[in-house]
Amino acid sequence: MKKLIAATAVAALMTAPALAQDDGIPVGIILGFTGPLESIMPNMGNAAELAFTEASESGQLLGGRTIEAIRADSTCIDAAAATAAAERLITSDEVVALMGPDCSGVTTAVVNNVSVPNGVPTVSPSATSPALSTIEDQGLFFRTAPSDARQGQVIAELLDERGVDEVAVTYTNNDYGKGLADSFASAFEALGGSVLISAAHEDGRADYSAEVGALSASGADMLAVFGYADGGGRGIVQASLDTGAFDQFVFGDGMFGESIIEAIGSELDGRVIGAVPGTDNDGAQAFADMTSGTSVDSTGTYAGESYDAAALIVLAMQAAGDATRAGIAEQMMNVANAPGEQIGPGEIGRALEIIAGGGDVDYVGATGIELIGPGEAAGSYRIFEIDNGEIVTLGFR
Amino acid sequence: MESFLNAFVVLSNFVLIPGLAYGAQLALGALGVTLVYAVLRFSNFAHGDLMAFGTMATILGTWWLQSMGVGFGPLPTALLVLPLGILAAVLLVLGTDRVVYRFYRRRRAAPVVFVIVSVGVMFIYNALVRFFIGVEDRRFEDGERFIIRPNEFEALTGLSEGLALRTSQLITVVVTLVAVVALFWFLQRTRTGKAMRAFSDNEDLALLSGIDPKRVVLITWALAATLATLAGVLYGLDKSFRPFNYFQLLLPIFAAAIVGGIGKPFGAVIGGFVVAFSEVGLTYAYRRVLGHVLPDEWMPSGLAQLLSTDYKFAVSFIILVLVLLLRPTGILRGRVI
Repeated sequence: MKKLIAATAVAALMTAPALAQDDGIPVGIILGFTGPLESIMPNMGNAAELAFTEASESGQLLGGRTIEAIRADSTCIDAAAATAAAERLITSDEVVALMGPDCSGVTTAVVNNVSVPNGVPTVSPSATSPALSTIEDQGLFFRTAPSDARQGQVIAELLDERGVDEVAVTYTNNDYGKGLADSFASAFEALGGSVLISAAHEDGRADYSAEVGALSASGADMLAVFGYADGGGRGIVQASLDTGAFDQFVFGDGMFGESIIEAIGSELDGRVIGAVPGTDNDGAQAFADMTSGTSVDSTGTYAGESYDAAALIVLAMQAAGDATRAGIAEQMMNVANAPGEQIGPGEIGRALEIIAGGGDVDYVGATGIELIGPGEAAGSYRIFEIDNGEIVTLGFR
Repeated sequence: MESFLNAFVVLSNFVLIPGLAYGAQLALGALGVTLVYAVLRFSNFAHGDLMAFGTMATILGTWWLQSMGVGFGPLPTALLVLPLGILAAVLLVLGTDRVVYRFYRRRRAAPVVFVIVSVGVMFIYNALVRFFIGVEDRRFEDGERFIIRPNEFEALTGLSEGLALRTSQLITVVVTLVAVVALFWFLQRTRTGKAMRAFSDNEDLALLSGIDPKRVVLITWALAATLATLAGVLYGLDKSFRPFNYFQLLLPIFAAAIVGGIGKPFGAVIGGFVVAFSEVGLTYAYRRVLGHVLPDEWMPSGLAQLLSTDYKFAVSFIILVLVLLLRPTGILRGRVI
C-alpha cells in the first residue's frame, strides 16, 4: 500500500507540470456511450465537441485559450458507474464544467453525489424528468432540454386532437419513464381521456410478450411507449406487432431514432406518432447548414441541445472572465437569456467577442433556448410520424 | 360458441403458444443440467453461459453466411450453422474438462468443490462471449418470420381475435421433440447410453463391469453442450440474444431440472413446461379472455392478473423454494440436492 501511494505521488508530481503548461481548459462530456441509448450518443458528443472546437478556433475565448473536451461514459442507467465516471472527470481531469449526463436517473445521481459536493456546473442536454426541476442543486444544474411535464402535456394534446380517448401506457422503469408517464396521464385525464393501464417495463429483457399481454388486456387500441429505442421500448413495440396486440403507437422522445426503424422495419409505417424536442426557428436551419459535411447529424436526437449545452458553458466562462466553476454557474442564466444580442448556432466566436467587449448576449442557439425557472429550457417539440421507413415531421408545438 | 373460440384464440396467442415455446427451450436447457448432474454429480452453473457461447458461435456463423449471400429460404439461416455452433460448444466444454474438471475428478473432490469450480468456469465463459460478440442485444432471426400473422388469422377465420404463430416457435417445438426423442432413444437403447445410466446409478459397480469412465464423461459433456446450444439458439431465435439474459436463464433452468427431479431426463422435460407455464400463466392478465366468456355483469373491474409481470423471475424462484421444501426429490423422485 505504501508503495502504491508513493508511486501515485511520484506519478502525480511528474504529470502536474505537464498539465500546468497545457493551455486547454478541461470540460467533461459525460454521456451514455454504452447502454440503452448508445446509438444516439456519439452524435450528441460530436455536436458538443463542435461547439467547443468553434470556441477554441475563434481565438476569442479568454484571450485565445482552447477547450479540451474529455469524454466519459454515463451508461445512461447505471448510477454507480455514472457517478464514478463524473468523479474521475472532476477530481482527476479537473474539469470546470460537465456537459451531460444524459438520462434522468444518472443525472440525478451525478448532480446529488458529485456536482453539488464539488461545486461543478452541470448542463444536461437530455435529462427530462420533472423531478429534476426541484432538485437541490444550489444553482449548479441546468438543462437545455425541457422537463417532461411539458412533453406529457404536448403528447396528451396531440392525442386529444386526433380523437383518441383511451390509451394504454408503458414506461421504462426509471425516473424518466415514470415522470413522463405520470405527467402524460394527468394531462390526458384533464383533457377528458383515460389511461386504462400504466405499466412499467424493464430494459434489457429478452422477451416482452407477457408485458404486452397485460397491456392489451386493458382493451385500449393505442399504446403510448415512454421507453428507449434501443432498449425495452423496442422490445415492447416488436412484441405488440408480433402478437397483434396493438397497431397504433405514440412515442415519447426516448423512442425517437432511426435505429428503431432499422430494427423493426416497415411494420411501423403509418402506425406511429410521437414528440421529440425540436424547434422550427432559424436556429435549427442554421445548425443544419453548419453541420452539413461534419460528423454531426443535426436532425439526430438532442444534437441541437448538446451543441447548445456546450455553447452555454463556453459563453458563461467568457462572461465570468475566467474558467472557474463558480463563475460559469453564476453566468449561465445571463448568457442564455435576454437582454443582449441574439446568438445563433455558428456564432460562438462573435458572441465571445461581444462579451469580451463588455456587451450582453442572449444565446438562442440551435433549439431556441430560453432558460426558465430552475435553469431548464422552456420547451418546444417536433411532432413526427413514421412513414415509408422515414421519420416525417408534422409540425412543431 | 364463437365467443369461446375467441377466448381460446387469445389464450393461445398470449399463453399457450409462448408458454409451449419457452417450455421447450427450458426443457432443453434443463436436460443438459440434469445429464451433467446425473453422470458427473454436480450442478453445472456454467450451463447458461455455455448456452450463450454456443449461440454466439452460431450467430457469428450466421453473419458469415449472410455476408456471403447464403440463406435458408423461409427458415432462419442460423439452423444451417447450428452444427457448427454445437461443435464449437462441444470443443469448449471438452477443453474445459481437460484443463479444469479432470484435475478435480482425479482428486475425487467433493461435489461442492465442483459447483464452485463451475462458477469460476461460468465467469470465464461469460467473459469469452462478451469478448467476441459484446454485451448488446442481438436479433439474428431471418427468413419468413411468421407462419400466420394475427390479421391474416382474423381474415381467414372471421374471428375477432388474431393469432400469431411465428416460425421460430414452431421450429422450437419441432427441434425439441426431435432432440428429446433422439436423446431418450440413445439413453435407453444404445450400449453407450446404457453405460451412462449404469455409471449414473452406481459408479463403482459400473467401473467393475468394464465401463470406460473417460468415454462416459466425454459423451456426457458432448450431449450437454449440444443440448445447451440447441436451447440457446432456439431461445435466441424466438426472443433475442443478450449474454446477460442467458446467465439469468440459469434460475428457471435449475428450477425446471429440480421440479422434475434432478438427474431424471424425463423430469427435466416436465419441469421445463411446468416452470414456463407457471411463469407465463401467473403473470398474464386474463381480462380479455374473460371478456369473451363471462356475461358483462360478472366482468372483473381489474385486469384479472395474479402477479405483475415484474415478478416473472420470482415465479421460478418460488417454485424452486416450494419444491425443495415440500418434495425435495421433485416430481419424478430424482436425487436430493
